[in-house]
Amino acid sequence: MSTKVITGANFNEEVLQAKGTVLLDFWAAWCGPCQALGPIVEEVAAAHPEVKVGKVNVDEEQSLAQQFGIMSIPTLMVFKDGKKVNEALGLMPREQVESLLA
Amino acid sequence: MGKVLVVGAGPAGVSAALYARRGGAEVTVLHKGLGTGALGRAEKIENYYGLAEPVTGAELERRGIAGAVALGIDFVEDELVELGYRADFKGYKARSVKAEHEAEAVIIAAGTSRKTLALPGLKELEGHGVSYCATCDAFFYRGKTVAVLGAGDYALHEAEALLPHAARVYLFTQGEEVSADKIPAGVEVCQEKLAALQGEARVEKAVFEDGSELPLDGLFIALGTAGSTELARKLGVMLEDGNIKTDEHMATNVPGIFAAGDCTGGLLQIAKAVYQGAEAGLAAVRYLRNRT
Repeated sequence: MSTKVITGANFNEEVLQAKGTVLLDFWAAWCGPCQALGPIVEEVAAAHPEVKVGKVNVDEEQSLAQQFGIMSIPTLMVFKDGKKVNEALGLMPREQVESLLA
Repeated sequence: MGKVLVVGAGPAGVSAALYARRGGAEVTVLHKGLGTGALGRAEKIENYYGLAEPVTGAELERRGIAGAVALGIDFVEDELVELGYRADFKGYKARSVKAEHEAEAVIIAAGTSRKTLALPGLKELEGHGVSYCATCDAFFYRGKTVAVLGAGDYALHEAEALLPHAARVYLFTQGEEVSADKIPAGVEVCQEKLAALQGEARVEKAVFEDGSELPLDGLFIALGTAGSTELARKLGVMLEDGNIKTDEHMATNVPGIFAAGDCTGGLLQIAKAVYQGAEAGLAAVRYLRNRT
């Protein structure tokens, strides 16, 4: 499944009210480690069609970043049936991203 | 073909530069000066190929650089404080104390330093107020109070990167003196030594050895100079146990970024550094040729 752009406007519908697993990638264009994590997250999205993968651009979605207390990017968050169950900071290999989904 | 920037002029960096130059790339080696790396400081080298008599590390370092200069490789003595992507994402830009540099490929061969800081609270608060990259995380500290831990050019650069965002920027020098003319306007210097970092879910305050406290929202670590791992971190290069992770051709996970020598871990030996440098230099040339 390809990734989806998550905004303040669609957050409720796409994440909180979503059934199943949602992986969110908080990123920004000026962040080097985010550039490196991006393709890894795309790979995970392609390998796990059952997981909805969303990208939150913290530059454009400052209130979402604030709401989740993001102080460092990249940050990954996993939601299950609308509840946050996992969170991890920084660049990581694909296996580690996948372990967050379990 | 394109330009290769080599960071470090030890055996790995010089060897990388030689092979990249021979392969047809334009090469600049940026280094912190003779006698600053592991080779330059070594008293005696005797377990290396081709040495009938032991030589000092300084002499071997001098010979290595002289050989590379003879091939037309450009050596620049300056300290790198920032390494990032070019705006078009097709190359890299580096900032040193005196200049800016651009390259299509970068070989990190700046050795290893193993700076560790045993500060209570530091590990627990990583990513929750403790950061290792001002350019990455400054954005999240708008209107907040932050401090940079360090006293060198690297720390000053990090402080400067925070100034446009944070309300107050302190420089915690851990007792070191920093000449006043180097301090960017707006940065407040605190020389008292840090004893602990405290906070529940995020950094709330710094506690000093004399018992005094300072409310704080963020602490940026920039001790000493920006070494191989600090530079790698800024680009999103994957690390493993504090070493840069590469494939067998010394390529990192970031396209166009290679690493060689002590910063990749394993044997901390000249023979291994020279081999990895050669591999990295060749791989960088192949990367430049195949680039679209």
